[in-house]
Amino acid sequence: MGDLNWLSIKEANSGLKKKDFSSEDLVKACLRQLEETDKKLNNFVTVTEELALERARAVDKKIAQGEEIGVLEGVPAGIKDILNTREVRTTCSSKMLENFVPPYESTATARLLENGYVLLGKTNLDEFACGVSTERSAFGTSLNPWNTDCVAGGSSGGSTSAVAAGQIFYSLGTDTGGSIRLPASFCGCVGLKVTYGRVSRFGVTSMASSWDTIGPIARSVEDAAIVLNAIAGHDPYDATTPKIEVPDYTKNLSYDVKGLRIGIPDEYFSDGVDEEVKEKVMEAIKEFEKMGASLKKISLPLTKYGVAVYYVTMPGELSTNLARFDGVRFGYKPEGEMSDLIDYYKKVRGEGFGDEIKRRIMVGTFVLSAGYADAYYKQAQRVRTLFIREFQDAFKDVDVIMAPSAPSPAMKVGEKVNDPLAMYLLDVLTIPASTAGLPAISIPCGFSSDGLPIGLQIIGPQWAETEVLKAASAYEQATDWNKMRPKLG
Amino acid sequence: MKLTKEEVEKLAHLARMKLTPEEVSKYSEQLTDILDYVQMLSELDTKGVPETSQVTGLSNVTREDEIKMDLCKPEELLKCSPLPVANRQIRVKRII
Repeated sequence: MGDLNWLSIKEANSGLKKKDFSSEDLVKACLRQLEETDKKLNNFVTVTEELALERARAVDKKIAQGEEIGVLEGVPAGIKDILNTREVRTTCSSKMLENFVPPYESTATARLLENGYVLLGKTNLDEFACGVSTERSAFGTSLNPWNTDCVAGGSSGGSTSAVAAGQIFYSLGTDTGGSIRLPASFCGCVGLKVTYGRVSRFGVTSMASSWDTIGPIARSVEDAAIVLNAIAGHDPYDATTPKIEVPDYTKNLSYDVKGLRIGIPDEYFSDGVDEEVKEKVMEAIKEFEKMGASLKKISLPLTKYGVAVYYVTMPGELSTNLARFDGVRFGYKPEGEMSDLIDYYKKVRGEGFGDEIKRRIMVGTFVLSAGYADAYYKQAQRVRTLFIREFQDAFKDVDVIMAPSAPSPAMKVGEKVNDPLAMYLLDVLTIPASTAGLPAISIPCGFSSDGLPIGLQIIGPQWAETEVLKAASAYEQATDWNKMRPKLG
Repeated sequence: MKLTKEEVEKLAHLARMKLTPEEVSKYSEQLTDILDYVQMLSELDTKGVPETSQVTGLSNVTREDEIKMDLCKPEELLKCSPLPVANRQIRVKRII
């Protein structure tokens, strides 16, 4: 039973039902893996060992009494530490919320709870989900399980590294401009960014409200679909979740992509993208052709403007959202003398926020300020409209778009940390789909010559998670990339 | 668009953040770089193009104005404050 922590969700479920092992065994296998690997990888901000064992035993009792269990019941997961978990510390990897214990549950995790999931702990991220490497976390950097000299990616890096290292079965992350897809690509796991509005944002600390999404990170497409089934759908607590039917995302994971029309955008294979990445991604796309899909070259000329659109509108929304962190209702408490409330605010925010957050808050404050809002913020919003139109036109001729998830494999720790703009540019291939709120997945499609994972990105039209998952699943069935495991110390 | 130290200090004041002198000079350079980069948006002709502020197409989503306490109790929320709480109110420093 040494490898229980590496099972798929379905295998775990079937073993639990047959009583081959218990939920407690699953939790203990994950805890053992954590013990052996997390001192190095640093994927967890908080480990909820007691709570996990308690919940696992409750599931085991149910099974012993002959009760039916659901597919996620008794299976351990880690949750990005930006989703509120009632009575479990939720830090956003920020000094600001170091001791924050939320009194209510996010909708996404509440739905997992209804499905009997077992929380193993809260995973590391860049502070308030702002970063591409987890080097912006107040609790240290999460490392890449394939090469611990390299970053896990970000911002959901603790989640993707933990999933790829077999510490947990799956995780929930957030993706605003690429925070699920980029680290999934770096760590060689499956990461799904859903259509904006597909999963409720309630109880998740807002970064950029018109961009933020919550989605699954897993070791297989099927596992991601199982988790999506549990969390998707309308929520009265989030007014941006339409009452659009939630299909069974696991149902159509067939191998058949015959007739699928795949668009390959020139701009995603530009000079700024590593040769090796282009090569592996093109090989993957050729695999689809062998399976009967048709390939079509397309052009998305706005692509190069994505980072600029994002780094105007996102800081605008971020600076507004983070205004709530004033050290009154929650948050950091500064020491020393303060003359008045304004002085208190300034000290709370000056000391409680990390470097990247302060930088983005100031960019946001600038682009929204009188005299500059029209040239910067409103212009970016108009360009966002152009992006939406460009994608709508593209999807008239193709069913999905395929491209690299990231311009390069994972970089070395510290390599870009002092160059904010270079960090921002790592999201150049993930941001465009986010501008239009489109679903997109990153799945492993090979390795660089240094042994680092490379990710294939599949982008679909709005609400077309089913098509994206189907295509991803077909490729996964035809290849063995997702069965590879990192060699851990 | 060059941002001077004075302008950075003004932004920090508007955003209610105390910065060290080192931070002010670092951000002055970095913010200038970022604003130079996003300047590329002005190349695009957006005459007559509406602004996108949301992508779901939903509008006027309303609900009944009812108080619900099924998620947590007011006392639990007040307990999150780092400041003293008295009579269900948080005591802050003087404002005026």
